[in-house]
Parts: sequence; structure tokens; C-alpha cells
Amino acid sequence: MTATAAPSELDHKHHPDDIAGSTGLIGIITDSLTESGRHLRIIPRNIELLIFATIQPVMFVLLFSFVFGGSIQTPPGFTDYDQYLMPGIFAQTVVFGSAFTSIGIAEDMSKGFIDRLRSLPIAQSSVLIGRTLSDVVRNAITFVTMLLVAFLLGFRFEGSLLGALGATALLLFFSYGLSWVQALIGLSVSSVEAANSAGFIWMFPITFVSSAFIDTSNLQYAWLRTVADWNPFTQVTNAARALYNGNDPGDAVMTSILWAVGMIVLFAFLATRKFNQISD
Amino acid sequence: MTAVLAEGLKKHYGETKALDGLDLEVPQGEIFGLLGPNGAGKTTAVKVMTTLASPTAGRAVIDGIDVTKNPKAVRTRIGLTGQYAAVEERLTGRENLELVGRYFHHKKSELKSRATELLHMFDLMEAADRPANTYSGGMRRRLDIAMSLVARPAILFLDEPTTGLDPRSRLGMWEFIARLGDEGTTVLLTTQYLEEADVLAKKIAVIDHGLKIAEGSADQLKDQIGGDKVRVTIVKPENIQRAKQAIVPFATGAVDQDPESAQTLTAPIHAGGGVVPNIIRGLDDAGVDVLDVEVRRPTLDDVFLVLTGRAAEERGQEEL
Repeated sequence: MTATAAPSELDHKHHPDDIAGSTGLIGIITDSLTESGRHLRIIPRNIELLIFATIQPVMFVLLFSFVFGGSIQTPPGFTDYDQYLMPGIFAQTVVFGSAFTSIGIAEDMSKGFIDRLRSLPIAQSSVLIGRTLSDVVRNAITFVTMLLVAFLLGFRFEGSLLGALGATALLLFFSYGLSWVQALIGLSVSSVEAANSAGFIWMFPITFVSSAFIDTSNLQYAWLRTVADWNPFTQVTNAARALYNGNDPGDAVMTSILWAVGMIVLFAFLATRKFNQISD
Repeated sequence: MTAVLAEGLKKHYGETKALDGLDLEVPQGEIFGLLGPNGAGKTTAVKVMTTLASPTAGRAVIDGIDVTKNPKAVRTRIGLTGQYAAVEERLTGRENLELVGRYFHHKKSELKSRATELLHMFDLMEAADRPANTYSGGMRRRLDIAMSLVARPAILFLDEPTTGLDPRSRLGMWEFIARLGDEGTTVLLTTQYLEEADVLAKKIAVIDHGLKIAEGSADQLKDQIGGDKVRVTIVKPENIQRAKQAIVPFATGAVDQDPESAQTLTAPIHAGGGVVPNIIRGLDDAGVDVLDVEVRRPTLDDVFLVLTGRAAEERGQEEL
């Protein structure tokens, strides 16, 4: 047979069945790392964002410590209010940090980057996995800064170092779960401005109606106490607080892990489904 | 060989019928223009054909592969440049291109050489190592298109590639797109600029309300609405009737007086074969002094007006 292929066919010969490599777990991991890499690479280049993302938690640490430090009675079992307060602020900060996920996704949507990614032969789930993973790293960076400031103010790990590391990991894991909630929000809103608002607004009741800054038994209404005690944020704050101070966390560690896992499973499912239907 | 095939493609968003049975056939190696005003369904068509949205009915086949049956295989064969320049602002041009190579799992040496090649091709070498947020609008669009070409797609989708660009950048962009066409890349280009489709596309489909209302080369579309027009302006308005009688034998339709000028007549003609000199001679013989004779091939604006009864641009305005 005389092979006289048309030139146009030849042009597309090296054409890419061989590059459709993003299948299976390896594909998901590789593509997620590429996506994470994209976000992490620009963190040091966005100096303004980096500065404000650092200032906010430092400001919270200073404000609560100096303003409330003298006027709120230190709950029993703690050497001073800072030892009680700091874990609450750490918890609040990582929770607020999860809002970067919704804002980042909304930004990628508005500038058409999500469309670009969806038109590539990558594992589609890697877009959200990559985003949430890089946001945990970003949160960890903020966390280190905050710990340094807290140490300068006299905060100490009263328990074991392992306990303190465990507390830190627990907080970051919890914020990772919230990142998936934020992912769904980021995919659902129509603008970056809306994401900014929708990502933050519910953080306030969650962090304030909790044990982050006060002993919940001091709340003036019984129903409010119930809400605060059931708040998963109270659970994770209590767990971290106990571990940083060398106290027994009881069930709080397991409860917060379960909450985080639950959030990841449910919201990863919802966000991924939403992602696949963006244009439908 | 057919690069893009759409058959009875429908996409409904609730009550809105963004696509209502679109048929398209784009041959390989050509620039194909999808022309229509805002809201005609161009972007929806691109979204369905690039796997971003699923069709409500009908089918789209890209390089032989059905978009709903194997979206991932389709994604290995296409490049998409959407309406917004989707570049990572804080990465450099080169980093943006390498990033796409990484999504395609190219080897490091390969993604580096391909990035350099594309930077050259799109005249971005000088700005290669500057962050994209320092680029001008035109440069950003060029980078955007370059990013869509990293994996040498069989079909490139360009959704309104010059919307929002200043006239000079637009001309520059046309050169780059035309060059892609010369090199044999299949391009499906959407535009609301009639001139753009005219300049770039070998074949044009005009769409409105999610349906194709006409198709052909720019010339074919123009012929479809009656071809050329001659426009004669005479010196003295009182000679207008005499002028009209002199033109009638050469016209293929009614000779009309311009509503805005008592000295101007327009008539459809078949230009060529000495028709225009004959008209001038005829006017001269009738003793009519001629100020100006202009032969005009219709623009695609005229085509749209005839096909839909509305001006394309006006309609675009209304929907904004």
C-alpha cells in the first residue's frame, strides 16, 4: 500500500494521546502538586497580601492580650489569661485563614483561569485539592509568625512539645476542612467581592460564640451556652488549648478530628460536583 | 477531514435557549469564524465544544471524538483562549507557559524549549521574564494564546480574541492569528467584529439566538444580499431624474435616491465588465455633471442587517 498521507494528517501525528497522562491516583497527585505550586509560587510575590495576612493575626494577639487581658477573669486551671487566650486566637486565625480559599477560587473564576484549567486534560479534582493544600501551607506560615509574637508576649508550651505540635496540626487540619466549605462558597458566588464577604461573614458568629475568648459557662443565656458548647470550633479550641497547656483534652481531640473529616468528605463531594457543573 | 462538527447542538439554561440547534462543520487546517452579536450563543457554543458545558441535546465531535463521551480525550486535542486573558498575573510570561507544560506532564527540557519557542513566535521574548501583570492588554492576549498552544492542539478555540483591545493591538493580533492559519492550525474564532471575521476567516457562520442563520465565505455572504452597490453623487440636484434614467440600464435592481442627499443615487450592480465606466459615460451623455462615483462591496454589517432585520452593533448595545 502506498502511504500517501495528506500533509495535514502528518502535522497532527505527534498529536497527543501520549500526553493524556493524568489518570488515576498518580495523575491526581501530580496535577494537585502543580496547582499547589502555582499558588505557593506567587505568595512571596504578593507582598501586600503577605503583609496584611501577617498583620491581622498579630493585631488580634496584641489587641486581645492587652485590651481584654486585664478585664477578663482567667478561667481556673490556667496560669494567666494569655495561656488561655492564645490558643483561641490561633484557632480563630486559622479559621479566618480558610477564607483565602473562597477568595482565591473566585479570583481564578473571574479571570477565566478556572475555564482554562477545565479545558486541560488534567485530573479535574486536582484544581480544588491543589488550592486547599496550598492554603494550608499559607496558613502554616501565618501560624509560625503568630506563635513568635505570642512567645514574645510570654506564651509558653506548658505541656509536651509533641502535644504542642499535635495541637498545631489539629488546628491546621480543622482549617483544611473549612477550606473545602470555602471552596464550595468560592465556586458558588459570582464575584471576588461576594467571596470576600461570603467567605468571612459566618466566621464571626462561629469564632465568637465559642470558647475561644471566654469560658462558655459565663454566657448569659442557656441557649447560647448550648450553641457555644456544640460549636465544632469550641471543640477544636478546647482540644488545642488543653494540649498547649499540658491538660487532658478528653474527647475534644477526637470530636474535632471527626468534624474536620466530616467537613472534608461532605464538602469535597459538594465542591467537586459544583466544579464539574460550573457552566451548566 | 472535519476538525469540529456540531449537529443540532442545544444548550438551555432554564428558559434561556443559548444554543437552539446549532450545526457547524469546521474543516481541518482552516480559520473558521463564528460571527454574531452579544448574546447570540457564541461563547456557549465554545463552552460546549471545549467540554466546559454539557449539551442539552445534539452532539459535538472534536477531531473525531464526542465531547460528552470522552471529554478528557477531547481536552488533549484542544487549546482554549477564553474571553478574558487567563494568565497567572504574578508569574512571568515564561513561567506561565512552563506551567501549562507541567499540566501536560511534559518533560522539563521539553517544557522549557516549547516556552522559548512560543515566546519567540508571539514576540514576547523581551518581556519573557517580567510578571504578566506588567504586560499591556495586547501582550497579555498573546501570552494567553501562546498558553493555549503549548501542547500543539489540533484545534484552537479563540473566543473573542480582540475584544477590549485598542485598534492597534487588534491589528497586531490579527497578524498573529493569520499566521497560525498559514501554518495550518485549525482555528475556531468567535467574534462580534464583522471586519475581523472578514479579514481572518476562510469561512464564516453567522449565528443569532443560538442558531446558524447563514454560512459561507465573506464574499458568498455578501453576494447573498445582492452584491455590489454603486453610489453616484452629481453636481446639480435638479438633474437627479435624468441621472436616474441614465443609471437604470446598468442596475440590477431599483435605483434609489439617498434620503440624506438630493444629489446622490444608489443602485445595485454587478461590478466589473466595464459597468462603472459605462455608467459614467451614460451620465456624461445625458449631460449630468458627476461629482463622485463610489462602488461599495457590502460589509458583513449589511449582511447581518438583511439576515436579521437589525444592525449587529445596535443589538449588541441593547443587551449590554
